[in-house]
Amino acid sequence: MATFEITTRSIKGDLKTDTMILNMGPQHPSTHGVLRLELVVDGEIIVDVIPHLGYLHRCFEKHAEQMTNYQQVIPYVDRMDYVAAMGNELAYVLAVEKLMGIEVPERVQYIRVIMAELQRIASHLLAIGTYGLDLGAFTPFLWCFREREKILDMFEITCGARLLYNYIWIGGLSHDLPSDFGKKLKDFLKTFPKALKEINDLLTYNKIFIDRTANIGVLPADVAINYGCSGPMLRGSGVKFDLRKNEPYLVYDRFEFDIPVGEGKMGTVGDCWDRYYVRVREMEESLKIIEQAWEQLPAGDVHAAIPKKARPPQGEVYFRTENPRGELGFYIISDGHSSSPFRVKARAPSFVNLSVLPEISKGYMIADLVAILGSVDIVLGEVDR
Amino acid sequence: MKEYFKNIFVALWTILVGLRLTFKHLFVRAVTIQYPDVKLKLPERARNRLYVNIDDCIGCKQCEMACPVDCITIETVKALPNEDLGVTSTGNKKRLWVTKFDIDISKCCYCGLCVYPCPTECIYMTDVYEFSEYNRHSLIYHFSNFTPEEAELKKKQVEQFELEQKMKKAVKPVEQAVANNPANPEEKS
Amino acid sequence: MTELLNMLIASVIPLLFILVYAIVILWTEIKVASHVQDRLGYMYTGGFHGWAQPIADLLKLLSKEHITPANSDKILFILAPVIVFAASYAAYAALPFTSTFIAANLNVGVFYIIAITSFVVIGILMAGWSSNNKYSLLGAMRSVAQIVSYEIPTALSILTVVIVAGTLNLQEVCEAQKGGLFNWNIFKYPPFMFIAFLIYFVASLAEVNRTPFDIPEAESELVAGYHTEYTGMKFAMFYLAEYANMFLVSGIAAILFFGGWNSPFGEFMSGPAWGVFWFVSKGLLFVFLQIMLRWTLPRLRVDQLMYVSWKVLTPISFANIMIVGLWAILK
Repeated sequence: MATFEITTRSIKGDLKTDTMILNMGPQHPSTHGVLRLELVVDGEIIVDVIPHLGYLHRCFEKHAEQMTNYQQVIPYVDRMDYVAAMGNELAYVLAVEKLMGIEVPERVQYIRVIMAELQRIASHLLAIGTYGLDLGAFTPFLWCFREREKILDMFEITCGARLLYNYIWIGGLSHDLPSDFGKKLKDFLKTFPKALKEINDLLTYNKIFIDRTANIGVLPADVAINYGCSGPMLRGSGVKFDLRKNEPYLVYDRFEFDIPVGEGKMGTVGDCWDRYYVRVREMEESLKIIEQAWEQLPAGDVHAAIPKKARPPQGEVYFRTENPRGELGFYIISDGHSSSPFRVKARAPSFVNLSVLPEISKGYMIADLVAILGSVDIVLGEVDR
Repeated sequence: MKEYFKNIFVALWTILVGLRLTFKHLFVRAVTIQYPDVKLKLPERARNRLYVNIDDCIGCKQCEMACPVDCITIETVKALPNEDLGVTSTGNKKRLWVTKFDIDISKCCYCGLCVYPCPTECIYMTDVYEFSEYNRHSLIYHFSNFTPEEAELKKKQVEQFELEQKMKKAVKPVEQAVANNPANPEEKS
Repeated sequence: MTELLNMLIASVIPLLFILVYAIVILWTEIKVASHVQDRLGYMYTGGFHGWAQPIADLLKLLSKEHITPANSDKILFILAPVIVFAASYAAYAALPFTSTFIAANLNVGVFYIIAITSFVVIGILMAGWSSNNKYSLLGAMRSVAQIVSYEIPTALSILTVVIVAGTLNLQEVCEAQKGGLFNWNIFKYPPFMFIAFLIYFVASLAEVNRTPFDIPEAESELVAGYHTEYTGMKFAMFYLAEYANMFLVSGIAAILFFGGWNSPFGEFMSGPAWGVFWFVSKGLLFVFLQIMLRWTLPRLRVDQLMYVSWKVLTPISFANIMIVGLWAILK
């Protein structure tokens, strides 16, 4: 538990002022899950923020050790960041495949890229929609979810589930793409840019929204790197670092796409608007990746490299991928003779990104805290695992 | 000064753009459907409630081992040699009585991991998603055809049979020895 | 005796109007919100698109228990919603619904309306204070600060119209705009009357606590609004008062700037009965605009709200009124 100090301050005369402790409790409409924020406020200005975590702790890492094989851990991994489950599965499966030294067929890699990028779009849509909702704009939320439905429909015809997929398996995929996937994908690629433009017109460039988010929660680049932030938090501060370009995994090195970076267009570099805008631009880039991947998709068998029993040799591996929220890493220790992992540690991006919250919200008002928290884009399932 | 007026104009302009957009959306057809009067047809791979075709189950317990949340409980009893359980629809010969096949659907995480290892494809996920119950215990689905008493009976029969077999095996070498050496049954030939 | 009867009829008709209008506008708001968001909204109660839902909501609110917080100031607690609604309702007395019906034909109609709507502030403060809840008090104080700050641009833009019309009597302001669309006040002294209308509209949005100025009543980021502790009919009074206020300010905008009960076609479609139709539809048009703005824009932060009032609206309305005044004198 973090400790806090109540500061007393005396101004001219005999007036003594105190800071007040306000609790933004676990149940709250704007905290994106069960997060308790203890605010130490001086009037309206925030002096300190102490996040209290653990309300959604489900002992994922302990569960992973008790499973009978590596395959059974995948539904648990899904449920960490339940908003962007494909990314979680991908990171875990790539870690295990690296440990076992499995080479997956090209078709599997392309399909994984398509799924991961679709999931990135879906996750950013949710982030943008709920961010508008926190600030009082009710309509973009529903428009974002309308678009997200189309993506979830595509996932449902492929693997049968809309939110927690169990689709990316060690060595391949659970199902190949169905026959109507191509048509749905093409329709989506055609209609999504228009919908994104509408959401931009309504929310991104709205002067009131810009006033609420520009110059708020400024995260300097060196602070971001020191705290270990990743994903749009880091890129919003101007640091051009994306694991898909810097440490390419799967077939990302075959695609042409840009890494959007915050440039302080509406305020300072690294403010909330920059982080939000990085997410909007990332969706456009993901569209490009999906188009290229779909064109280059080779034929093949998605079940070819799936091992009968996943029994990795003794060793340890740390593999990191670019999740929509940042860098998701899995550290897996295998003891060679058992078919279940010895230790699985998940480095969740939201957990690390949340640690920077006290730093960037000092000196702003309580009403700004909601904007700052929304721009960090946390999912409590990931923070608490 | 110029900033000041520019801010006002930008604010008014973006508000007007937003208003035009929302006004346009007033006339767009709604994308929602009137559930429960209208229900969407789920795709064929949809993973919802589990179903077990118990006639096809050979009692291999692969699904029980594959489940990550241990929601399937299976108990089997070996069939006696004179009992013929028949053949599953996929051609596998059944050798075990499945006396208990319980799925606690409230624990199930709908991952589908139990479906893939089944050799006869008797367990699969249907598209039923409206199965809420008033009583928590009604969510434990019993797929086996055996009542608990019948299961007990079957188990006793098998135990009895095994006991008889053991007795027969114990008697057999003695008989053999007697046949070989009628004078001294204890002496082995 | 006839005096009394006249007074009774004159006071009941606006009340009936408010009640019927509130039911209609509750349904309209949610339906507009739903269709803007590409969904259907009310569909069930009563059959066709859930037209009976507001009535069902009203019955539900009527049947709820009246919970009074433990250490609250009971008298103030009960009085607050009454005052808020009464203030808004009392202002309807000076609204000319048509050329022959105005509940109280005051010679200082404009002044009376501006004064009476300040009563709402007292009601809100009473509600926040008597709830014995730290957060309600904060919410109420914010709301009071908001309403009081935005009174000034409202009053100044109304004064602009008074300069143009030369009278404070609302009935005469309407009479002076006879003669068709281009005789309306908004087209006089272009574009300053239009600027006055814009200022009035934005300021009146803040008076009514509507988005983008709905800090006091939205599930505001940290605290709940001044009417958290209210249940049942008391809460319904606050709700009703808000919608009544919405129509009030829209009606005033219609009267002052858009010709009131005058028909835009001059003589065609005019007359006492048509007057009601034109007045109510103009009022409803502005209410519709307020509803659309709620579902389009995000919320302003409290200090940004104050900035808009004191540093944008007030100086501009001052400049406006001086220019219009000079122009009117020099004409």
